[in-house]
Order: sequence, then structure tokens, then C-alpha cells
Amino acid sequence: MLNIQDLHAKIGNKEILKGLNLSVNAGEVHAIMGPNGSGKSTLANVLAGRNGYDVTKGTVEYEGKDLLELAPEERAWAGVFLAFQYPVEIPGVNNVYLLKAAVNAVRKYRGQTELDAVEFLGLIKEKMKIVKMKEDLLNRSVNEGFSGGEKKRNEIFQMSVLEPKLAILDETDSGLDIDALKIVSEGVNSLRNEERSIILVTHYQRLLDYIKPDHVHVLSNGKIIKSGGPDLALELEEKGYDWIKEEAA
Amino acid sequence: MSTDIQNYISDFDRLKNDDWFANSRQSALNLFKDTGFPNSRLENWKYTDVRPIKKKSFSNVTEAAVSVSTEEINTIRFDGLDCIEVVFINGVFSKEHSSLDDLDNGLVVENMLDALSNDQDLLAKHLTKYADDKVSPFTALNTAFIQNGTFINVSANTVIEKPINILYLAKDSNGSLATHPRNLIVMGEGSEATVIESYIGLDDANYFTNAVTEVALSSSAILKHYKIQQESLNAYHIGNLNVMQGKDSKFESHSISLGGALVRNDIHGQLAAEGAEIIMNGLYMTGDKQHVDNHTRVDHLKPHTLSTENYRGVLNGKSRAVFNGKVIVHKDAQKIEAHQNNANLLLSDDAEIDTKPELEIYADDVKCTHGATVGQLDQNMLFYLRSRAIDEETARSLLTYAFADELISNINFAPIRNRLERLVIGQLPDAALIREFTNE
Repeated sequence: MLNIQDLHAKIGNKEILKGLNLSVNAGEVHAIMGPNGSGKSTLANVLAGRNGYDVTKGTVEYEGKDLLELAPEERAWAGVFLAFQYPVEIPGVNNVYLLKAAVNAVRKYRGQTELDAVEFLGLIKEKMKIVKMKEDLLNRSVNEGFSGGEKKRNEIFQMSVLEPKLAILDETDSGLDIDALKIVSEGVNSLRNEERSIILVTHYQRLLDYIKPDHVHVLSNGKIIKSGGPDLALELEEKGYDWIKEEAA
Repeated sequence: MSTDIQNYISDFDRLKNDDWFANSRQSALNLFKDTGFPNSRLENWKYTDVRPIKKKSFSNVTEAAVSVSTEEINTIRFDGLDCIEVVFINGVFSKEHSSLDDLDNGLVVENMLDALSNDQDLLAKHLTKYADDKVSPFTALNTAFIQNGTFINVSANTVIEKPINILYLAKDSNGSLATHPRNLIVMGEGSEATVIESYIGLDDANYFTNAVTEVALSSSAILKHYKIQQESLNAYHIGNLNVMQGKDSKFESHSISLGGALVRNDIHGQLAAEGAEIIMNGLYMTGDKQHVDNHTRVDHLKPHTLSTENYRGVLNGKSRAVFNGKVIVHKDAQKIEAHQNNANLLLSDDAEIDTKPELEIYADDVKCTHGATVGQLDQNMLFYLRSRAIDEETARSLLTYAFADELISNINFAPIRNRLERLVIGQLPDAALIREFTNE
């Protein structure tokens, strides 16, 4: 599904990713952990196509396509979804209208017929239950006046409606209390299936108590320095990151 | 006396000027003869050069009457909105298209010419008392030609539910037409009304509209005033709105400027008694080589008065806009609040905005805020939308609409809001792309 080879990326003159390799198969859940400043969010943003990142070397292949060649919207059409660490508020753009346009843009790309208002409403009613979205939030402007937890829930809600093939969750757990964390995790778990791959970018092991990853990777100084199973996350929680850095050095 | 105003003097000589107001017209003309058109050496006209108006020999003399069909007017009416309508075609009152029968008790709506003979006392008391001929030569020019326009009088404690819709339409104006509409709105104590002034070009002719509106609000009166400027893209439009407010009165101004090649809107509010409140909202959307200048001035003359101003601009092409918002807090006008904001979105590298908030405060216990921003579309918002499968063009259009709609969406009168939202969408480069995001 996703194959990242020797990825180097800069912001301005500062090199953040320094030869990152990662391979994700369909249906797998990968956790990418690491200390602050290790390049986790840069990886998420480079995969989603945000401006301001300069890829200087390496390749990212997604379903046989060169992902880096695609505009952000083309990645979304092809099934890539980024759940933002800091979802932006967009005054004046209605949540529901945005979502309907998004769903239909993806359907159009896939050669499916566009959903009409009634079909769309049926779809979102069903998905709202998954993340316990309040209906009044839905009719507001995108994320405007939402609490931190509501914004994150909205991200997962959008993800459930858009049904991506590859979901990248950038620190979705940060700033969430335990109840919100459970709701968000349940939402993510309900979306796990054989075809969908998920990359969880997180600083804390806490999220992984609720979403069991198949693989755990440690990112440090722009490279993956250690990979393992779910146990690796526990070990990190216990011992911190320093021992791996020393081991890798 | 300069020769470039000879056309107006000839117009004046042809004017039937034999009523009780004749001397006022004559002195206004004399004043205009003395000053001529303003030039850009004057601080107040620094950013707006009116030479295109000056150079052309505009005249208010109309040739054969132009006919506008009901169907044509229907296209610019508010769908399904029951309103009192006053229609002018090329500056001349059209009885045929106006609907002034069966007015509520306590309401007078009539053409200024009729008012001059029917309501002499009221006009003598109010007309020319709030718009100062000495402040703007254009106002003096307008006063010299007071004939056509709308007079509205709402008696004390009368609430008029139906909006009063005033349409100034220009069509087949032969490329040289000048009109000088003059409106006077007198609101009695505790009265309430909604007035919409629309200036609409039905073709793309070059003409000159020089409009003046005076508003007097007695204590506790409420007036919601909308001005929709959709002149032809080759037209020149100068508009002056002057408001005098009594105790606890409230004036709401919504000024939407979309058309015109050269446009200047002036609003002057005088909060002359305690508790008076003025709200000024404005939206200007410009493209090509349009030049749109909005000047506002609020005088806080008495304590406990409140002004809130919010103007937004969306500029494209090689257009240029000016915002100048002056707030004067007079001596002893304590405990007042004045808030002002002007935000601009520049969609092209060649568009230009001059924005200038001006505060003059002579009292010491006041709460004043002001701010101005000039920017491009927010990159984070743009990326967020694109990451949600919205193509770049649509995302840009949508964010532009959202920026402009911040001003429209809080208009709580649905028929007006919906029409303005449609107009704003129609003004965007990719209107069709974003219709599905709106209630349409």
C-alpha cells in the first residue's frame, strides 16, 4: 500500500527527515512514536502534501503511484486521509456542506454516482453514532468554537464518512481526556479492516492501550531507529526514548 | 469659476426652480460654482481622483423616456418579499412601477417633488439640515438639483413591517446622464422601519449618480438601512449618507458595493444624544480596474453612545479600494464605546487597498478599539480543505465567499440576506463551484 524509501525533507534550510524508510501493507496499523522534534508531524504533513516542506531525496509510493507528485486533493481522492494535530477553524464554511462536497469529490474520482441530499444525510446519521458527534456541531462552521476534544472527534467523524484507504492520524490523542480518548479510539477501531491501513503518529503510549498496533516504530532525528511489535511501545513507556537512541548510536 | 462645470450650470438654468426651495437650490449651486470638484490635494479626497467625472460633460437632461418592463424589474426584486416600492428610472420617478398605494397609517412615502409641495413644513425642518453642502461639493451639487428622490416619514410609535425598497435604475442613459437623487427619511419617536436603497445599472453605460440621503431619528427610533450599489461597471457613483440620531435611537447601516468604475461612499453619523447607537457594516468587492472608496465618520457628541463598524473588502484584478473610518469622541462624551474593524482580502498582486482608521478622542473615559488587516487567503485553511478532497480552485472560491459572508450572514432578515448572498456568490470568479456549499 505505502512504501517510503530513504525520505529526506527540509523546512527552509533545516533538514527534518533524514532517510526514513517505512513500508505499510493493507490492513495494518502502524504506530510511529518518538520524542518531540523527531520529525513525526513532518512525516504526516509530507504524506498529506502540505506546502512548505521540501522533499530533497527519496520516494513515496502509494498503491503503485508516486504520492509526492499528487496535489493534496488528488491524494484525498486516491484515499489518503490526514487527521490533523491542530484542526483549523474555518468560519463561514459549513461542516455538513464541506463533508458532502468531499464525499462526492471522492465518489466522482472513483467513478461512483454522487450522493443526493437524502442519501448523504442517511450516511452521516449512521457515522455520527460512531464518534458520538452532536448534531448541532455538524451544522456549524468547520471546527468553529469546537473544544479541543470536539475538533479531534470531528476529524475521526470525517474519516469515517470519507472511508480512506490510508489514514494518517497526527497526534490525535494529544489534549484529549480519557473519555474523549476512548471515543476517538473506538471510532478508529471501528474503521479497521483488511483493506484500510492506519498510521498513528503519537508521542504517548496511552493511545496504544486502546488502539492495538501491528507494528511500532521509533522515530528519532529524522529516521526510524527501531521497529517492533506492540511490546516495544510498552518498553518505551517504561524506559523512555534515551536507551534506544544510545542503542542506535 | 471653472469651465468644467458649465454643463451643470446649463442644467440648472433649465431647471424649473420657482418653489419655496428655489433659494436653497440657488445658494447650493453658487457654493458648487465656487468650490468646483474636489481635487486630490484635499486630505478627504487624497486617494480618489474624481477627474473622470469632471472631464465628462454629464447632464441630467434626459431625452425620450426610457421604458423598463415589469419583467426587467422583477429580476432585481427580492423574491417573494412584500415591500413598499419606489422606482426611479434614469433619475426620474416612475409612478407606474412604484407601489405607494395603501400605505400604513403613520407612513408617508413619496417622490421628493411631491413632498416639496405636500410636506413643506417637515422638509423645511429637515431637508439639508444633516448633509452639509460645505463638506462635500457633491452634496452641494445634489442640493442644487433637489427634485427627484424619496421622502419617507414614519410617525411616532409606528412600526412599519414591510421594507421600503427604493430602486434607482439606469438604462439606455446615452453615455452622458447625471442624476442627483435626494432622499430624506424622518423617523418619529419610537418608530421603526427598514429601508433598502439600490442603485442598479441595467446595462453597461457610462453615467454619473450623485446621491444624497439624510436620516433623522427621534428618540428610541430604529432604522435598518441597506444600500446595495450595483451600478454599471462603467458608471461613476458618489453617495452620501448623513444620519442625525436622538436619544436611545438605533441606526443600522449595511452598505454593499459591487458595481461602478469609480465609487465613493460617505457615511456620517452623529450620535447627538445619550444612548444613541450606530452600526455600520460594509462589504466591497472589486475587480478589473474598479476604484471604490468608503469614507465613514462618526461623531460621539454625547455620553453613553455606541458605534460599531465592520467593513470588509475583497479585491481582485487591478482594482483599488480605500477605507477611511473616522471616529471623533467629543469633549464630555464620556463612557462611550467605539469599535471599528476593516479586513481586506487581496486576491491578486495588482489589487491595492489604502486603509486608514482615524480616532480623535477628546474625552478621557472611553472604550475604543480599531483594527485593520490586509491579507491573502489563509494557507492552513486552504490546505485543510484540499486535504478533504476539495480542489484548489473551489477551496479558494469557498474561502473567499466565507470571508465576505461573515458580513452578510449576520443580517437577520432572510429575504435580504439570501439575495445578498446570491449577489456575493455571483461576484466570485468561480461562482458555480461553490453553490453546493450554500443553502441555495
